[in-house]
Amino acid sequence: MKYIDEYRNPQLARKLLDEIRRKTTRHWTIMEICGGQTHSILRNGIDQLLPDTIELVHGPGCPVCVTPLESIERALLIASRKDVIFTSFGDMLRVPGSSKDLFMVRSEGGDVRIVFSPLDALQIARDNLQKEVVFFAVGFETTAPANAMAVYQAAREGILNFSVIVSQVMVPPAMRAILSSPDNRVQGFLAAGHVCAIMGYAEYEPVARDFHVPIVPTGFEPVDLLAGILKTVELLEEGRAEVVNRYGRVVSREGNLVAQETIGKVFEVTDRQWRGIGLIPGSGLSLRADFSQYDAEKKFDVTHICTSESSLCMSGSVLQGILKPDDCPAFARECTPEHPLGATMVSSEGACAAYYNYHRNAYLL
Amino acid sequence: MTIVPVCPSPILQHETVQMAHGAGGRLSQTLMQRVFMPHLHNAFLDLLDDQAKLDLPAGRTAFTTDTYVVSPVFFPGGNIGELAVNGTVNDLSVGGATPIYLSAGFVLEEGFSLVELETIVKSMAEAARKAEVMIVTGDTKVVGKGQCDRIFINTSGIGIIREGVNLSCRNLQPGDTIILSGTVGDHGMAIMTSREGLSFQSRITSDCAALNAMIAAVLDVVPSVHAMRDPTRGGVAATLNELAVSSAVGIEINETAIPVKPDVRGACELLGIDPLHVANEGKLVLAVAGEYAGTVLDLLRSCEPGRDAVIIGSVVNDHPGMVVMRTAFGSRRIVDLPLGEQLPRIC
Repeated sequence: MKYIDEYRNPQLARKLLDEIRRKTTRHWTIMEICGGQTHSILRNGIDQLLPDTIELVHGPGCPVCVTPLESIERALLIASRKDVIFTSFGDMLRVPGSSKDLFMVRSEGGDVRIVFSPLDALQIARDNLQKEVVFFAVGFETTAPANAMAVYQAAREGILNFSVIVSQVMVPPAMRAILSSPDNRVQGFLAAGHVCAIMGYAEYEPVARDFHVPIVPTGFEPVDLLAGILKTVELLEEGRAEVVNRYGRVVSREGNLVAQETIGKVFEVTDRQWRGIGLIPGSGLSLRADFSQYDAEKKFDVTHICTSESSLCMSGSVLQGILKPDDCPAFARECTPEHPLGATMVSSEGACAAYYNYHRNAYLL
Repeated sequence: MTIVPVCPSPILQHETVQMAHGAGGRLSQTLMQRVFMPHLHNAFLDLLDDQAKLDLPAGRTAFTTDTYVVSPVFFPGGNIGELAVNGTVNDLSVGGATPIYLSAGFVLEEGFSLVELETIVKSMAEAARKAEVMIVTGDTKVVGKGQCDRIFINTSGIGIIREGVNLSCRNLQPGDTIILSGTVGDHGMAIMTSREGLSFQSRITSDCAALNAMIAAVLDVVPSVHAMRDPTRGGVAATLNELAVSSAVGIEINETAIPVKPDVRGACELLGIDPLHVANEGKLVLAVAGEYAGTVLDLLRSCEPGRDAVIIGSVVNDHPGMVVMRTAFGSRRIVDLPLGEQLPRIC
């Protein structure tokens, strides 16, 4: 299959691995930002193939994982209403709030539907004018343009029975937060390819400069990941804190300007809570005042929510690369995909779920 | 304006299922005579008794039941009717039984198209004929609009287990070879890509097929096969895990050996789904002692549903209860059970 097979070519992978081994002279800790990258690394066993001196730690780029519990509780409250059709990407349905998840709301009679695009949710609103249709707008910069477009279209067409719960977050502020932490171990980054496809990589240049780290926009297939790791190792070995693109078939320096413009029309930058990590200034997006009537949290008055997290869950440290999933005492014991204590075990992109699915008995492998 | 007096006699010609079709009265009879009997009639059904009176051949009897709720009812490569016949035929066959008799129970939603119902019944008759089984008893109920989704079908089946055959998921032995009869994920992806809300077109068709003739061809020559399963819901991954757990052995498979059609692979890539977790309705996974693997492979390949059969792995002493895959890159990973709902209502 074109654009897949050549990036899963074992011979090419072996060449890159040899090159990584040849270039590495000391221990390096590299973080892949995106949960999709984490899963590809574990699924393909890339961590097993790298020299012991290259340590991969797993970043916060799993939107489901970092969506605050408060937002999930609000979603559950809204989804339970008789007058609401609640729409979401499938991933969010299994994420537990304090006592239940969206699947349970559905089994109790809530109209909860999986959609593949926010524009599908908008179509449901057009088709069900007597109902309120709410979309759970979760994600990084990758989902922001389509989510913005759905709200923009709704406003243009004057559709008033549509609204969104916004939990949009952005990568560069999170990288700054990780690098500023006294426990930080990360020396170089594989930037998230799809986020960079939208935003470009120019915005990473100040981060690389300020914290003296190399940053390499990287794709998701095994050969992409190994090429990204190789470039990061080369930059680290040469002491160069630069941004070098290794996902050229998708990412440019400027990114997708039309998408960025759409985001800017509808959203503005705001401070945002990240589940497990806490408040990161300027790390989120919220609806601009012109579009506030599409804010589901205001529409349904669910702003006062109190929540509590499991005291056993260490997903905050996992999301910042301070701990590996299997360093957590609850991993694969109290915390499993069937009974997750935190979102990193629930989401298909969560690092804990990836470890559980592919590596939980690593000593056997 | 003139008013023409008409006699208000009851309407007996309907285009859709009415509550009265399931009430046991005249409309029920009409449904039997016009939709079911023309296609399904045989010496047992023609008697219109409440039960079929059967003389079973000698041997141990296998008995199974399954209920089919697939949505959409018509999908590329088949419909709920042939799925209901083939699925139950296969459930008997993988136990080493020769399927003989089936029952069919229908739950119809008020308002369901009678034309569509007839198409479904017709393909059940055709599937039964092909698989050489008889539908000998049946039942129809109608529920109100919104109380079921168009049509649900239950089929139960009886078969006679072949002499000298002992297939069980507990029989796997280290050294066994694991064989898969063809490409994975065709049925599940045919359903997924034909669902409302997914606006991409594909040429993916379901692999829905009866496997009894192919299984008979294998067991005629190699009756010592240890285990057979049809990897339906949960896909090949779920089947292999069940076999590993039941027999308390490890299973190792090779990523590069798993056949996936390009369209299925593309759809899986797009949707982020592992083809090993996707349902099949015309595939077989079997475990056989290594020395017979070549013979079984040739036998499978000589039958239409098994023409793409391949060896995908082997049974090992290590990691009992666990399925491990060797990746194309030489690393290893666990092949786990899919968790929860992946595709809604695939069978």
